[in-house]
Amino acid sequence: MECKEESRSLASETKTRKSMSSFWKEFLKGIVVSNPVFILVLGLCPTLAVSSSLDNALGMSAGVIFVLLGSNIIIALIRNATPNLVRIPVFIVVIATFVTILTLSFEAYLPPLYESLGIYLPLIVVNCIILGRAEVFASKNPVLLSIADALGIGLGFTLALFIISFIRELFGTGTLSIFGRELLKLPVLSEHPLTIFILPSGAFLVIGFLLALFRWTGVIKGE
Amino acid sequence: MNNLFSIFFALAIANNFILVKFLGLCPFFGVSKKLSNAISMGAAVTFVMVLASFATSIIYHYIFVPYGIEFMNIVIYILVIASLVQIVELIIKRTNIRLYNALGIYLPLITTNCAVLGVTLINTQEQYTILESIVSAVGGGVGFTLVLIIMSGIRERLELCDCPKAMKGLPIAFITAAILSLSFIGISSLM
Repeated sequence: MECKEESRSLASETKTRKSMSSFWKEFLKGIVVSNPVFILVLGLCPTLAVSSSLDNALGMSAGVIFVLLGSNIIIALIRNATPNLVRIPVFIVVIATFVTILTLSFEAYLPPLYESLGIYLPLIVVNCIILGRAEVFASKNPVLLSIADALGIGLGFTLALFIISFIRELFGTGTLSIFGRELLKLPVLSEHPLTIFILPSGAFLVIGFLLALFRWTGVIKGE
Repeated sequence: MNNLFSIFFALAIANNFILVKFLGLCPFFGVSKKLSNAISMGAAVTFVMVLASFATSIIYHYIFVPYGIEFMNIVIYILVIASLVQIVELIIKRTNIRLYNALGIYLPLITTNCAVLGVTLINTQEQYTILESIVSAVGGGVGFTLVLIIMSGIRERLELCDCPKAMKGLPIAFITAAILSLSFIGISSLM
Protein backbone atom coordinates (compact mmCIF):
# COMPACT_ATOMS: atom_id res chain seq x y z
CA MET A 1 0.00 0.00 0.00
CA GLU A 2 2.73 2.43 1.07
CA CYS A 3 4.89 1.39 -1.82
CA LYS A 4 2.06 2.14 -4.20
CA GLU A 5 1.59 5.57 -2.70
CA GLU A 6 5.28 6.30 -3.02
CA SER A 7 5.49 5.29 -6.65
CA ARG A 8 2.47 7.39 -7.39
CA SER A 9 3.99 10.45 -5.73
CA LEU A 10 7.25 9.83 -7.62
CA ALA A 11 5.39 9.64 -10.90
CA SER A 12 3.55 12.85 -10.14
CA GLU A 13 6.84 14.49 -9.21
CA THR A 14 8.44 13.75 -12.57
CA LYS A 15 5.24 14.88 -14.18
CA THR A 16 5.44 18.19 -12.32
CA ARG A 17 9.05 18.66 -13.31
CA LYS A 18 8.21 18.07 -16.93
CA SER A 19 5.25 20.41 -16.76
CA MET A 20 7.39 23.09 -15.09
CA SER A 21 9.31 23.68 -18.33
CA SER A 22 6.11 23.75 -20.37
CA PHE A 23 4.69 26.09 -17.71
CA TRP A 24 7.37 28.65 -18.59
CA LYS A 25 6.89 28.00 -22.28
CA GLU A 26 3.16 28.72 -22.11
CA PHE A 27 3.78 31.69 -19.85
CA LEU A 28 6.31 33.40 -22.13
CA LYS A 29 4.32 32.59 -25.26
CA GLY A 30 1.46 34.85 -24.24
CA ILE A 31 3.62 37.91 -23.62
CA VAL A 32 5.33 38.31 -26.99
CA VAL A 33 4.85 35.54 -29.56
CA SER A 34 1.07 35.52 -29.30
CA ASN A 35 0.45 38.90 -27.68
CA PRO A 36 -3.34 39.16 -27.50
CA VAL A 37 -3.55 42.78 -28.66
CA PHE A 38 -0.76 43.32 -31.16
CA ILE A 39 -0.57 39.87 -32.75
CA LEU A 40 -3.92 38.16 -32.28
CA VAL A 41 -5.74 41.56 -32.44
CA LEU A 42 -8.31 40.43 -29.85
CA GLY A 43 -10.11 42.34 -27.13
CA LEU A 44 -9.86 45.68 -28.89
CA CYS A 45 -12.86 47.32 -27.26
CA PRO A 46 -11.43 47.64 -23.72
CA THR A 47 -7.90 48.17 -25.04
CA LEU A 48 -8.85 51.29 -26.92
CA ALA A 49 -11.52 52.57 -24.56
CA VAL A 50 -9.59 52.61 -21.27
CA SER A 51 -6.16 53.47 -22.63
CA SER A 52 -6.58 57.24 -22.25
CA SER A 53 -4.76 57.18 -18.90
CA LEU A 54 -2.23 54.91 -17.21
CA ASP A 55 -4.43 54.44 -14.11
CA ASN A 56 -7.35 53.14 -16.13
CA ALA A 57 -5.11 50.90 -18.19
CA LEU A 58 -3.49 49.32 -15.13
CA GLY A 59 -6.85 48.86 -13.38
CA MET A 60 -8.32 47.23 -16.45
CA SER A 61 -5.30 44.94 -16.83
CA ALA A 62 -5.58 43.83 -13.22
CA GLY A 63 -9.25 43.04 -13.76
CA VAL A 64 -8.60 41.09 -16.94
CA ILE A 65 -5.79 39.07 -15.31
CA PHE A 66 -8.07 38.21 -12.36
CA VAL A 67 -10.96 37.08 -14.57
CA LEU A 68 -8.68 35.23 -16.99
CA LEU A 69 -6.92 33.39 -14.16
CA GLY A 70 -10.15 32.49 -12.36
CA SER A 71 -12.03 31.34 -15.43
CA ASN A 72 -9.06 29.38 -16.83
CA ILE A 73 -8.62 27.52 -13.52
CA ILE A 74 -12.31 26.65 -13.16
CA ILE A 75 -12.74 25.68 -16.81
CA ALA A 76 -9.62 23.50 -16.74
CA LEU A 77 -10.98 21.78 -13.61
CA ILE A 78 -14.41 21.06 -15.09
CA ARG A 79 -13.24 20.40 -18.63
CA ASN A 80 -13.92 16.63 -18.48
CA ALA A 81 -17.32 17.01 -16.83
CA THR A 82 -18.66 19.56 -19.34
CA PRO A 83 -20.73 18.14 -22.21
CA ASN A 84 -19.30 19.36 -25.48
CA LEU A 85 -22.64 20.66 -26.74
CA VAL A 86 -23.19 23.19 -23.93
CA ARG A 87 -19.56 24.15 -23.30
CA ILE A 88 -19.83 27.74 -24.58
CA PRO A 89 -22.80 28.67 -22.29
CA VAL A 90 -20.97 27.03 -19.37
CA PHE A 91 -17.81 29.06 -20.11
CA ILE A 92 -19.84 32.26 -20.36
CA VAL A 93 -21.52 31.66 -17.00
CA VAL A 94 -18.16 30.95 -15.33
CA ILE A 95 -16.66 34.12 -16.83
CA ALA A 96 -19.72 36.21 -15.93
CA THR A 97 -19.51 35.02 -12.33
CA PHE A 98 -15.89 36.12 -12.00
CA VAL A 99 -16.71 39.46 -13.65
CA THR A 100 -19.52 39.98 -11.12
CA ILE A 101 -17.09 39.30 -8.25
CA LEU A 102 -14.61 41.73 -9.81
CA THR A 103 -17.20 44.47 -10.38
CA LEU A 104 -18.53 44.23 -6.82
CA SER A 105 -15.01 44.31 -5.31
CA PHE A 106 -13.98 47.30 -7.42
CA GLU A 107 -17.17 49.09 -6.41
CA ALA A 108 -16.45 48.41 -2.74
CA TYR A 109 -12.70 48.95 -2.51
CA LEU A 110 -11.69 51.14 -5.48
CA PRO A 111 -14.66 53.46 -6.15
CA PRO A 112 -12.74 56.06 -8.23
CA LEU A 113 -11.42 53.39 -10.60
CA TYR A 114 -14.88 51.79 -10.73
CA GLU A 115 -16.36 55.16 -11.76
CA SER A 116 -13.81 55.89 -14.46
CA LEU A 117 -13.89 52.40 -15.99
CA GLY A 118 -17.70 52.59 -16.17
CA ILE A 119 -19.40 50.01 -18.37
CA TYR A 120 -16.08 48.66 -19.62
CA LEU A 121 -15.61 46.75 -16.36
CA PRO A 122 -18.73 44.54 -16.78
CA LEU A 123 -17.94 44.33 -20.49
CA ILE A 124 -14.94 42.11 -19.65
CA VAL A 125 -17.53 39.31 -19.99
CA VAL A 126 -17.58 39.68 -23.76
CA ASN A 127 -13.85 40.29 -24.10
CA CYS A 128 -12.81 37.91 -26.89
CA ILE A 129 -9.47 37.21 -25.17
CA ILE A 130 -11.06 35.47 -22.19
CA LEU A 131 -13.60 33.34 -24.04
CA GLY A 132 -10.91 32.64 -26.65
CA ARG A 133 -8.46 31.29 -24.04
CA ALA A 134 -11.23 29.22 -22.45
CA GLU A 135 -12.15 27.64 -25.77
CA VAL A 136 -8.67 27.27 -27.26
CA PHE A 137 -6.60 26.47 -24.18
CA ALA A 138 -8.26 25.84 -20.83
CA SER A 139 -10.86 23.41 -22.17
CA LYS A 140 -8.11 21.12 -23.47
CA ASN A 141 -5.25 21.47 -20.95
CA PRO A 142 -4.60 20.67 -17.27
CA VAL A 143 -4.87 23.29 -14.53
CA LEU A 144 -1.19 24.20 -14.15
CA LEU A 145 -0.71 24.90 -17.85
CA SER A 146 -3.94 26.89 -17.93
CA ILE A 147 -2.64 29.08 -15.10
CA ALA A 148 0.57 29.70 -17.08
CA ASP A 149 -1.44 30.53 -20.16
CA ALA A 150 -3.70 32.94 -18.25
CA LEU A 151 -0.76 34.74 -16.63
CA GLY A 152 1.15 34.99 -19.91
CA ILE A 153 -1.77 36.26 -21.95
CA GLY A 154 -2.77 38.59 -19.10
CA LEU A 155 0.73 40.09 -18.92
CA GLY A 156 0.82 40.42 -22.71
CA PHE A 157 -2.44 42.35 -22.51
CA THR A 158 -1.03 44.52 -19.72
CA LEU A 159 2.11 45.26 -21.74
CA ALA A 160 0.09 46.31 -24.80
CA LEU A 161 -2.28 48.44 -22.75
CA PHE A 162 0.68 50.03 -20.94
CA ILE A 163 2.43 51.01 -24.19
CA ILE A 164 -0.74 52.50 -25.71
CA SER A 165 -1.81 54.40 -22.60
CA PHE A 166 1.76 55.62 -21.98
CA ILE A 167 1.85 57.27 -25.42
CA ARG A 168 -1.68 58.64 -25.14
CA GLU A 169 -1.26 60.14 -21.68
CA LEU A 170 2.21 61.55 -22.39
CA PHE A 171 1.23 63.37 -25.59
CA GLY A 172 -2.39 64.05 -24.69
CA THR A 173 -1.73 65.78 -21.37
CA GLY A 174 2.04 66.36 -21.36
CA THR A 175 2.34 64.67 -17.97
CA LEU A 176 2.55 61.11 -16.68
CA SER A 177 1.08 60.07 -13.36
CA ILE A 178 0.31 56.78 -11.66
CA PHE A 179 -2.38 56.73 -8.93
CA GLY A 180 -2.13 60.44 -8.22
CA ARG A 181 1.68 60.63 -8.17
CA GLU A 182 3.23 62.67 -10.96
CA LEU A 183 6.16 60.94 -12.62
CA LEU A 184 7.02 63.18 -15.51
CA LYS A 185 6.14 66.61 -16.84
CA LEU A 186 7.17 67.75 -20.30
CA PRO A 187 7.96 71.49 -20.50
CA VAL A 188 6.07 72.65 -23.63
CA LEU A 189 3.58 69.81 -24.03
CA SER A 190 2.02 70.23 -20.60
CA GLU A 191 0.98 73.78 -21.50
CA HIS A 192 -0.12 72.96 -25.05
CA PRO A 193 -1.10 69.28 -25.00
CA LEU A 194 -2.02 67.44 -28.20
CA THR A 195 -5.62 66.82 -27.18
CA ILE A 196 -6.26 64.47 -30.10
CA PHE A 197 -4.39 61.71 -28.24
CA ILE A 198 -6.93 61.81 -25.40
CA LEU A 199 -9.90 61.89 -27.77
CA PRO A 200 -11.27 58.53 -28.97
CA SER A 201 -9.64 59.02 -32.36
CA GLY A 202 -6.22 59.13 -30.69
CA ALA A 203 -6.65 55.50 -29.65
CA PHE A 204 -7.21 54.39 -33.23
CA LEU A 205 -4.30 56.52 -34.40
CA VAL A 206 -1.84 55.18 -31.81
CA ILE A 207 -2.68 51.50 -32.31
CA GLY A 208 -2.65 51.93 -36.10
CA PHE A 209 0.82 53.47 -36.12
CA LEU A 210 2.11 50.99 -33.52
CA LEU A 211 0.98 48.02 -35.63
CA ALA A 212 2.56 49.59 -38.71
CA LEU A 213 5.79 50.24 -36.78
CA PHE A 214 5.94 46.64 -35.53
CA ARG A 215 5.45 45.36 -39.06
CA TRP A 216 7.98 47.76 -40.52
CA THR A 217 10.66 46.75 -38.03
CA GLY A 218 9.79 43.09 -38.61
CA VAL A 219 8.61 42.32 -35.07
CA ILE A 220 5.31 41.19 -36.57
CA LYS A 221 5.00 39.56 -39.96
CA GLY A 222 2.53 41.43 -42.18
CA GLU A 223 -0.40 39.94 -44.10
CA MET B 1 -40.91 63.01 -27.14
CA ASN B 2 -38.03 65.47 -27.19
CA ASN B 3 -36.24 63.30 -24.69
CA LEU B 4 -36.57 60.25 -26.98
CA PHE B 5 -35.07 62.20 -29.90
CA SER B 6 -32.12 63.32 -27.84
CA ILE B 7 -31.46 59.75 -26.68
CA PHE B 8 -31.63 58.55 -30.28
CA PHE B 9 -29.18 61.14 -31.62
CA ALA B 10 -26.87 60.87 -28.65
CA LEU B 11 -26.40 57.15 -29.23
CA ALA B 12 -26.41 57.27 -33.04
CA ILE B 13 -23.94 60.15 -33.57
CA ALA B 14 -22.49 61.83 -30.49
CA ASN B 15 -21.78 58.63 -28.55
CA ASN B 16 -21.46 56.45 -31.62
CA PHE B 17 -20.87 52.87 -30.48
CA ILE B 18 -17.93 52.13 -32.73
CA LEU B 19 -16.10 55.41 -33.15
CA VAL B 20 -16.60 57.06 -29.77
CA LYS B 21 -17.43 54.25 -27.31
CA PHE B 22 -15.30 51.51 -28.93
CA LEU B 23 -18.05 48.91 -28.71
CA GLY B 24 -18.35 46.21 -31.35
CA LEU B 25 -14.91 46.66 -32.86
CA CYS B 26 -14.41 43.00 -33.79
CA PRO B 27 -17.19 42.96 -36.42
CA PHE B 28 -16.15 46.49 -37.41
CA PHE B 29 -12.72 45.36 -38.55
CA GLY B 30 -13.74 41.81 -39.45
CA VAL B 31 -16.85 42.37 -41.53
CA SER B 32 -16.34 45.82 -42.99
CA LYS B 33 -14.42 44.61 -46.04
CA LYS B 34 -17.52 44.27 -48.25
CA LEU B 35 -20.56 46.57 -48.45
CA SER B 36 -23.18 43.78 -48.66
CA ASN B 37 -21.81 42.02 -45.57
CA ALA B 38 -21.72 45.29 -43.67
CA ILE B 39 -25.41 45.96 -44.31
CA SER B 40 -26.59 42.49 -43.24
CA MET B 41 -24.35 42.52 -40.17
CA GLY B 42 -25.62 45.97 -39.16
CA ALA B 43 -29.25 44.91 -39.58
CA ALA B 44 -28.75 41.71 -37.57
CA VAL B 45 -26.98 43.52 -34.72
CA THR B 46 -29.64 46.26 -34.61
CA PHE B 47 -32.40 43.65 -34.47
CA VAL B 48 -30.77 41.72 -31.63
CA MET B 49 -29.97 44.96 -29.78
CA VAL B 50 -33.61 46.08 -29.83
CA LEU B 51 -34.88 42.66 -28.70
CA ALA B 52 -32.22 42.42 -25.98
CA SER B 53 -32.92 45.93 -24.69
CA PHE B 54 -36.64 45.19 -24.52
CA ALA B 55 -36.15 41.87 -22.69
CA THR B 56 -33.48 43.07 -20.27
CA SER B 57 -35.28 46.28 -19.34
CA ILE B 58 -38.44 44.27 -18.56
CA ILE B 59 -36.35 41.93 -16.40
CA TYR B 60 -34.61 44.88 -14.74
CA HIS B 61 -37.78 46.83 -13.92
CA TYR B 62 -40.05 43.94 -12.92
CA ILE B 63 -37.66 41.41 -11.36
CA PHE B 64 -34.35 43.00 -10.35
CA VAL B 65 -35.63 46.23 -8.80
CA PRO B 66 -38.56 44.75 -6.77
CA TYR B 67 -36.36 41.97 -5.33
CA GLY B 68 -33.23 44.10 -4.98
CA ILE B 69 -30.93 41.81 -6.99
CA GLU B 70 -29.45 44.37 -9.40
CA PHE B 71 -25.97 42.87 -8.93
CA MET B 72 -27.08 39.80 -10.93
CA ASN B 73 -27.35 41.89 -14.10
CA ILE B 74 -24.14 40.75 -15.84
CA VAL B 75 -24.86 37.01 -15.59
CA ILE B 76 -28.56 37.32 -16.47
CA TYR B 77 -28.06 39.79 -19.35
CA ILE B 78 -25.47 37.67 -21.09
CA LEU B 79 -27.70 34.60 -20.76
CA VAL B 80 -30.71 36.52 -22.13
CA ILE B 81 -28.64 37.74 -25.09
CA ALA B 82 -27.25 34.27 -25.80
CA SER B 83 -30.70 32.67 -25.78
CA LEU B 84 -32.22 35.52 -27.85
CA VAL B 85 -29.55 35.03 -30.51
CA GLN B 86 -30.36 31.29 -30.59
CA ILE B 87 -34.10 31.99 -30.96
CA VAL B 88 -33.55 34.57 -33.71
CA GLU B 89 -31.27 32.11 -35.49
CA LEU B 90 -33.94 29.39 -35.37
CA ILE B 91 -36.73 31.71 -36.55
CA ILE B 92 -34.70 33.06 -39.47
CA LYS B 93 -33.67 29.52 -40.43
CA ARG B 94 -37.31 28.34 -40.55
CA THR B 95 -38.82 31.38 -42.27
CA ASN B 96 -36.17 32.81 -44.58
CA ILE B 97 -33.41 30.39 -45.50
CA ARG B 98 -31.81 32.83 -47.94
CA LEU B 99 -31.29 35.48 -45.27
CA TYR B 100 -29.99 32.77 -42.95
CA ASN B 101 -27.33 31.73 -45.46
CA ALA B 102 -26.39 35.36 -46.10
CA LEU B 103 -25.79 36.06 -42.41
CA GLY B 104 -23.95 32.78 -41.92
CA ILE B 105 -21.37 32.83 -39.14
CA TYR B 106 -22.15 36.41 -38.07
CA LEU B 107 -25.37 35.48 -36.28
CA PRO B 108 -23.90 33.31 -33.48
CA LEU B 109 -21.02 35.78 -33.12
CA ILE B 110 -23.46 38.54 -32.11
CA THR B 111 -23.61 36.91 -28.65
CA THR B 112 -20.07 38.08 -27.90
CA ASN B 113 -20.52 41.47 -29.56
CA CYS B 114 -19.80 44.13 -26.94
CA ALA B 115 -22.30 46.51 -28.55
CA VAL B 116 -25.28 44.33 -27.58
CA LEU B 117 -24.27 43.86 -23.94
CA GLY B 118 -23.08 47.46 -23.94
CA VAL B 119 -26.48 48.91 -24.85
CA THR B 120 -28.25 46.87 -22.16
CA LEU B 121 -25.71 48.03 -19.55
CA ILE B 122 -26.06 51.65 -20.66
CA ASN B 123 -29.86 51.33 -20.30
CA THR B 124 -29.41 50.09 -16.75
CA GLN B 125 -26.77 52.67 -15.88
CA GLU B 126 -28.85 55.59 -17.19
CA GLN B 127 -32.02 54.20 -15.58
CA TYR B 128 -33.96 54.34 -18.87
CA THR B 129 -37.61 53.26 -18.95
CA ILE B 130 -38.65 50.42 -21.26
CA LEU B 131 -39.58 52.78 -24.11
CA GLU B 132 -36.37 54.79 -23.71
CA SER B 133 -34.35 51.56 -23.73
CA ILE B 134 -35.87 50.54 -27.06
CA VAL B 135 -35.14 53.98 -28.53
CA SER B 136 -31.56 53.88 -27.30
CA ALA B 137 -31.10 50.43 -28.86
CA VAL B 138 -32.49 51.65 -32.20
CA GLY B 139 -30.21 54.70 -32.05
CA GLY B 140 -27.16 52.63 -31.20
CA GLY B 141 -27.99 50.13 -33.93
CA VAL B 142 -28.51 52.82 -36.57
CA GLY B 143 -25.21 54.46 -35.65
CA PHE B 144 -23.44 51.09 -35.73
CA THR B 145 -24.85 50.25 -39.18
CA LEU B 146 -24.06 53.73 -40.51
CA VAL B 147 -20.39 53.52 -39.53
CA LEU B 148 -20.11 49.93 -40.79
CA ILE B 149 -21.45 51.03 -44.20
CA ILE B 150 -19.20 54.12 -44.42
CA MET B 151 -16.17 52.06 -43.41
CA SER B 152 -16.87 49.26 -45.88
CA GLY B 153 -17.15 51.78 -48.72
CA ILE B 154 -13.78 53.27 -47.77
CA ARG B 155 -12.12 49.89 -47.29
CA GLU B 156 -13.20 48.67 -50.73
CA ARG B 157 -11.13 51.55 -52.12
CA LEU B 158 -8.28 51.13 -49.62
CA GLU B 159 -7.67 47.66 -51.08
CA LEU B 160 -6.54 49.36 -54.29
CA CYS B 161 -4.61 52.25 -52.73
CA ASP B 162 -0.84 52.55 -52.93
CA CYS B 163 0.08 52.85 -49.27
CA PRO B 164 3.33 51.71 -47.60
CA LYS B 165 3.62 47.94 -47.26
CA ALA B 166 3.73 47.99 -43.46
CA MET B 167 0.48 50.01 -43.41
CA LYS B 168 -1.54 47.61 -45.59
CA GLY B 169 -4.56 45.92 -44.03
CA LEU B 170 -5.27 46.58 -40.36
CA PRO B 171 -2.98 49.59 -39.63
CA ILE B 172 -4.43 51.74 -42.41
CA ALA B 173 -7.95 50.66 -41.35
CA PHE B 174 -7.21 51.90 -37.81
CA ILE B 175 -5.94 55.24 -39.09
CA THR B 176 -9.03 55.62 -41.32
CA ALA B 177 -11.16 54.92 -38.27
CA ALA B 178 -9.26 57.65 -36.39
CA ILE B 179 -10.12 60.24 -39.04
CA LEU B 180 -13.76 59.09 -39.16
CA SER B 181 -13.96 59.25 -35.37
CA LEU B 182 -12.64 62.82 -35.43
CA SER B 183 -15.37 63.82 -37.89
CA PHE B 184 -18.07 62.25 -35.69
CA ILE B 185 -16.78 64.17 -32.66
CA GLY B 186 -16.88 67.31 -34.83
CA ILE B 187 -20.53 66.70 -35.75
CA SER B 188 -21.50 66.07 -32.15
CA SER B 189 -19.94 69.35 -30.99
CA LEU B 190 -21.99 71.20 -33.62
CA MET B 191 -25.26 69.84 -32.22
